[in-house]
Amino acid sequence: MTTWQKARTARDARIDAGAKVAKGKIVETGDVTRLLEAVIRPGDRVCLEGDNQKQADLLSAALLAVDISKVNNLHMVQSGVVLPEHLDLFDRGVAKKLDYAYSGPQSARIATMLFGGKIELGAIHTYLELFARYFIDLTPHVALIAAVSADRDGNLYTGPNTEDTPTVVEATSFKDGIVIAQVNEIVDKLPRVDIPGDRVHFVVKSDKPFFVEPLFTRDPAAITEGQILTAMMAIKGIYAPYGVRRLNHGIGFSTAAIELLLPTFGEKLGLRGKIASQFALNPHPALIPAIESGWVEQIHSFGSEVGMDDYIRARSDVYFTGPDGSLRSNRAFCQVAGLYACDMFIGSTLQIDLKGNSSTITTSRIAGFGGAPNMGSDPRGRRHPSEPWLQAGREADPDSTPALRRGRKLVVQIGETFGEKNVPLFVEKLDAIALAEKLKLDLAPVMIYGDDITHIITEEGIANLLLCRDAREREQAIRGVAGYTDVGRGRDKQFVQSLRERGVIRRPEDLGIDPLDADRSLLAARSIKDLVRWSGGLYAPPSKFRNW
Amino acid sequence: MEDLTFRHTTLKRASGLKPTAIIGVVASGNLEVLVERVMPDAECLLEIRTAAEGFGDVWEAVVADFVERYSPGGLKFSINDGGARPDTVSLRLAQAARLMQEDDR
Repeated sequence: MTTWQKARTARDARIDAGAKVAKGKIVETGDVTRLLEAVIRPGDRVCLEGDNQKQADLLSAALLAVDISKVNNLHMVQSGVVLPEHLDLFDRGVAKKLDYAYSGPQSARIATMLFGGKIELGAIHTYLELFARYFIDLTPHVALIAAVSADRDGNLYTGPNTEDTPTVVEATSFKDGIVIAQVNEIVDKLPRVDIPGDRVHFVVKSDKPFFVEPLFTRDPAAITEGQILTAMMAIKGIYAPYGVRRLNHGIGFSTAAIELLLPTFGEKLGLRGKIASQFALNPHPALIPAIESGWVEQIHSFGSEVGMDDYIRARSDVYFTGPDGSLRSNRAFCQVAGLYACDMFIGSTLQIDLKGNSSTITTSRIAGFGGAPNMGSDPRGRRHPSEPWLQAGREADPDSTPALRRGRKLVVQIGETFGEKNVPLFVEKLDAIALAEKLKLDLAPVMIYGDDITHIITEEGIANLLLCRDAREREQAIRGVAGYTDVGRGRDKQFVQSLRERGVIRRPEDLGIDPLDADRSLLAARSIKDLVRWSGGLYAPPSKFRNW
Repeated sequence: MEDLTFRHTTLKRASGLKPTAIIGVVASGNLEVLVERVMPDAECLLEIRTAAEGFGDVWEAVVADFVERYSPGGLKFSINDGGARPDTVSLRLAQAARLMQEDDR
């Protein structure tokens, strides 16, 4: 007889095995490894919650300590490979295969291990792709997640860093998987319920709060005149003419400079209310002056940011908050918002080639994609019009029938022509290609493809790639803003001049900007302390950003 | 350390009366520029002492663009460079030229 509920039967057997080391749903800290040995089977797909910021660090340490005769050859399906333990699992043989999205701090070691054959790589994804595959072919058998608190029924409060948790739990729990949560405390009544208890099978109290990294704090004191100049050009040369109101910012210093110029330079241009009013964005401290000056109507966030909790709570008109008053973030929804509801992505990168392909990969580091390609791509499935989207579509394709013409998302790369240690931003060939050859990958890890990029901004000017009609024009438009890099000095000067006359390239002076005006006095806040002041004392920066 | 010297003839004399100016600081990724109005009106001289070796051709290109754009006739630039990026060098040179345009007070 055909059985149709094998997975449910198997799940029940796992729960029964786990229940032997639990009291109800609660498991003592010292018994976690035994719990994992009881519920995880060799070869299981396991999601060990490693988000962009929040880490299930107790559970990753416990998983690393399992008896490998009982638990081995796991297939890890997790968005972030962030903690050393995430890779130790492969060194020990607990895990064998990996599908992931982001590996920031482990980017060098993951490259070494991939090259050394320690890890069998499924694929490197964007967040949305990996989340999507959780529901199609990479559904976890077991999810190990992190929350702030739980009650005895297993209801979870995630606090402001909800991040990936609802997505991971949805995919696991509704497909006969097991969900195990580490929490900072077990309480009688939760401030709010982020994850209903019937989706959570076991709860472990951790001795110390889960690790959260402040990834989105940029100290205004480190912003350079070059970054201020590119930020002025972005505001006057892109935000203003397209009227960009709905957008996402990257996490670099150039976009922090834009955030800090809105209340000064932007105000002088009379742009308040006309640009930069709705964001898909983490709670960037650098945006506080613009919020306080009445620029920002609404922000939805992927995660939270250390030190911003009280400020967010006090500015609930701007942020999404729960009945308890604290931020509710959600990476999957915010990524979708960034993809479909924003008219512009603007961010920095490490390398741009002559076709406009960009990458943050170097031959020895694989940082993964995270969410940037979701924001920084033109969504072909978009159907609702908006002025910036239609205008960009018109520029790319002026001659087609307006009613049948797709709009275009503005995908803008902003940066200085030379980065740290005089490393050029523009290159003939991306390091990502060499890396793909070395690791025998089918695809070179390209962050944003050239055909998605609409503008490149450097201190030398703005290249509008929407107006380029062929490959030669694109290449020369890119060379024309590449400054004194080899790529920039390899330009055809006359051709670049003709592109400038057509407005494909615009210099600061073409925009009425004097580079000598790019001064730090234009920044609404020049230090972390200024940000605290702007927030009325509500922003509490982590100690590494305090120097007073 | 590397020493570089560039001498250019210029179309016109740098405007203003100020005899000297100084801008920037010698620090990693930054540079200090001392300008003196000591050259003949149709000449300018740039003497560079840089911490970063092997960037002579980039300096040459940056200096040539600067001279074409600002025509700093009569000025001598003494530069102490802490490995600044070319865009920073361009900015400092432009700032220095602007300072020299001010009246001497």
